[in-house]
Formats: sequence, structure tokens, C-alpha cells
Amino acid sequence: MTAVPATERMPRERTVSRVWSFVKHHALTAYAILAFTYLMVPIAVVIAFSFNNPAGRFNYTWSGFTFDNWKHWDGVPGLRSAMVLSLEIAFIASLVATALGTLIALALVRYGFRGRGATNLLIFLPLSTPEIVLGASLLTLFLNNHVSKVLQLGFWTILIAHVMFCISFAVVTVKARLIGFDRHLEEAAMDLGANEWVTFQKVTLPLIAPALLASLLLCFAISIDDFVVTYFNNGPKITFPLFVWGAARVGAPPQVNVIGSVIFIVAVSVMVANVLVQMRRAKSAATA
Amino acid sequence: MSFLHRHRNLTPYLLLAPGLLYLGIFFVVPLGFLLHQSLQSGNFDVGYAFTWAWGNYWDAIRGYRGHFIRSFEYAAIATVLALLFSYPLAYWIAFRGGRWKNLLLLFIVAPFFVTYLIRTLAWETILADQGPVVRVLRDIGILGQDGRLLATSFAVVAGITYNFLPFMALPIYVSLEQMDGRLIEAAQDLYASKWKAFVRVTLPLSLPGVVAGTLLTFIPAAGDFINAQLLGSPRNHMIGNVIQSKFLELTDYPAAAAMSFVLMAVILLMVALYARAVGTEKLTG
Repeated sequence: MTAVPATERMPRERTVSRVWSFVKHHALTAYAILAFTYLMVPIAVVIAFSFNNPAGRFNYTWSGFTFDNWKHWDGVPGLRSAMVLSLEIAFIASLVATALGTLIALALVRYGFRGRGATNLLIFLPLSTPEIVLGASLLTLFLNNHVSKVLQLGFWTILIAHVMFCISFAVVTVKARLIGFDRHLEEAAMDLGANEWVTFQKVTLPLIAPALLASLLLCFAISIDDFVVTYFNNGPKITFPLFVWGAARVGAPPQVNVIGSVIFIVAVSVMVANVLVQMRRAKSAATA
Repeated sequence: MSFLHRHRNLTPYLLLAPGLLYLGIFFVVPLGFLLHQSLQSGNFDVGYAFTWAWGNYWDAIRGYRGHFIRSFEYAAIATVLALLFSYPLAYWIAFRGGRWKNLLLLFIVAPFFVTYLIRTLAWETILADQGPVVRVLRDIGILGQDGRLLATSFAVVAGITYNFLPFMALPIYVSLEQMDGRLIEAAQDLYASKWKAFVRVTLPLSLPGVVAGTLLTFIPAAGDFINAQLLGSPRNHMIGNVIQSKFLELTDYPAAAAMSFVLMAVILLMVALYARAVGTEKLTG
């Protein structure tokens, strides 16, 4: 896109600017390669050390290759139950948060109403509050005498906390995709005699499905990774990040790296698949 | 249609109600409880009583001024580093990525699907005293023979910078990607040099992304305690470490609550000042 004006310039100026742009072009590319390497180094370390055969309790220095950690991934007491709890919480929290968030996003994108600014603020505030404050304030709620009679710290308090900090992310994600939504399709369906519910089921839902999926995945990822808020509200329950925290104090076993690698590989596969599908769609749309 | 038209005024509120009610009960109300807690006096054994104990705030600020300053210092340095790191990378993907843009973007996000704590522990391994980085730095004389990286502010800031990078890179990328390429072409047609076109056109247009990225990085960074805990020493502890230990280990709830509020107030103040200075007031989108 920069070639057009360049051809109209004076020849000497053109060579100079071409050399300059060549250098700049490649300097930036070289930088990008370095930057990506930097981003990947810790991940490479995590994956490499999942194959480590540590001599002592500490999995910090390389002392030999083994598949044992992968074969006996739950050979460490407590790891399996922590992982199960994390998956359960992430699954339910992402569903609930996406449902609540989608409704808010629909209201924000489609309707003009009083209190819009206040709603936006209420969505924005949890995102701009440090996690430690979110966790601490929920803990003071749960520790309150009246509340703790009904609700003990544990599974439910973790779940409540996770839904809370996921809602804003769900709203933002779904809202972004709803903005390009063509409402004429819904009106057409209703003109053709479909009632509201049928229209929602047959027209709206399929069209916003990608947005819902994006929100579900994002919430799942945020929930399964959360440490700070959970640390305040877990009571006796241990999620995977909390397990890692506890283990890190006495030397984290290599199995922790195995789980970390698995989460990473699953997440990246899902995202790569998603990107490839998108690219293919864009291609077929372009040729059609 | 007629149903929609008749109930047009009510529908948005019905849609909002469940979600906003949830946020009200589990976000706003807890902040009220925290505020209430911060004004109590007493101790864990005899119980706490609400006494308008404003002294908690003065004690928090006076007693932990160093921690507060250190938190904002570390967060500010990490934010600037993240900005300097992310901008060229986001620029490269947005303008040179071609059809691979989304796949390249994935490379930025992917590392952050390794659990936060595991990522930070990986940095602990990399920066360890027996690790390759320290060895090289010792050999070429940058570090002394017994110099170390772990347990220094360098390690903590490096960890924070790394851990919050996507929050910086993604908004910048989005604002660059949405940019109308014809504007840059127009600037160059009018004989602006590439650099001038960048400074006068591209950079200002990407400012909303920079603002969003800066806030999204600075806020969690200022409240973080994991990097200071795992990569630093008590000398590098931030206000998050203090709040965490007062809440969960020392059960000094009022002091911890007061500190949380001071932290939040300072952050909100800085956000407001920053947004005003940059002129982007539509943060809430």
C-alpha cells in the first residue's frame, strides 16, 4: 500500500527510501521474531521441565529426561482433586457468566434506556478493580456473621466469586460481536409470522452463537487460571492454581508442569482450530 | 412486533436485571462490607466493633508508605516496559501480518494459557542462581561473582512486565488494526516521510489502544503480590503482599481493609487523572 506514492517520487530519493524501508522493514521483523521468542521462553521451560527427572525435591535444575511425570500425572496427592475442582468451577462459572453477560450485552447494544451510563460503569468497575480488592471484599462479605450462617467458605463461594469477575468479560466479548448484527433478519422472521421466542431460537441464537462461544472460552480460561480471588475465598477447597501455590513453597513437583503443559496445549489447539476455521471461511467467502 | 413495541421500555431492564443484580450483590455490596470493616477496631480474638476508626487509614498510609510507593513504582516501570515491548510487535502484526494476523496474534496470547503461577515459577527457574542467565551475566561481568537476579527488584519488575503483556498488546493491536490505511497513504501522498506519517497519523490514532492497554496493565500490576512473593525478597514486597498476609495470615481485617481501599482510591485517582491528561473520557465504551 506504500508502493504507489513511492513510484511517483524522484529516482534518487526512491532508492534511498527503498534502502531505508528495506532496513526498517526487516529490523521490525527481526524484532518481532525476538519478541515472540521472549514470549515463548518460559513456556518452553515449563514443557521441558515436565520431562525432568529431578534429583531432589526441587524441580529447578535439569537432571535427566523421563516420561514418568506424564505417565503418573496424578502421582502427587491432591493434584487430581484440585484439577477436578478447577474444571468444575470453570465449567459452571463460564456458563452462568456468559448467560448473564449476554443478556446485559443484548440490552446495551439494542435498546436505548435510562441508566445506560451507570450500567456501563458497573460493568467497567470490576475490570478496573485490583483482584486483591475483589477477593478481600468478597471475603468480608462471606465472613459476616449473618452470611456465614447460610454460606460456608468452599465450593459455592469460589463459584460465586468466579461468576462475578467473569460477567464483565462476558459482556465485553459478546457486545463486541453484537454490534455488527443485522436486525433486519429478526424483523424479517417476525414479519413472516414467527413469534419472539421462535425468532430468538431460529434466528438470533444461531447468529450470536460465535459470540457466546468466544465468551464461554474466555471465561473458562480466566476462571481456571484465577489465583488471587480464589485464594481469599476458597476455605478448605483447593483449586489447581492454589495447589501450585502450596506446592511451590516446598518445591513444586514436575507433575504440575505436566498439567500446565496440557492446559496450554488444549487452549492453543482450540484457538488454532478457531483461527483456521475463520481463515477458511474468509477464503471461501472471497472466492464465492 | 406489537409485543416488542408495547414493552419496549421494559425489555432492556428485564435483560439487565439478573446480571446487574448479581454484580450488585457480589461486587458492590462486598465493597460496602469492606468499607465497614476498614472502620472497625478490635482484634480477631475479642472480635471487631465498628467505631469509625479512621485511624486505620492513617496507620495504613504511615506504616506502609514504602510498600505503597514501591507498588506504584514497580507497576509504572512494568507498564512502560510493556508498552515499549508491545507497540512495535502489535504494529508489525497489524501492518505486516497479512492473512496470518490472527495466527500471529495467537502467539501473543498463547503463553498466557499456562497458569499464571506456573509461568512465574518458570521465570524463577530461568533467573535462578544456577540458571543460564545469571551464569552468562556473571561471566561477562555485568553481575558480580556472587551477584543474583532472584530476590531483586529487577526480577519482580521483569515478572510483572511479562505476566501482563497481553493486556497491553491486544488493545494496541485492535486500535492499529481498525485504522483506515488510506489515512497513512494520504499522509505519504502529501509527502510526509514515513516517520512523520507515523508520528502525526498512526500514533495519535492508536492512542485509545495505548490508553486502554496502559490502564489494563497498570491496575493489576499495582495490586499484584505473586511476582514479589515468588521472584522477590521481603525487601521487594508490594502492598498486595501486606494486604494478603494481614487478611489471611494475621487476621488483622480492619487494617487490611483500609489498605485495600487506599490502594483502590489511589488507582482510581490515577486512572481519572490519566484519562483526563490523555483526553480519552470514553473509557467505559
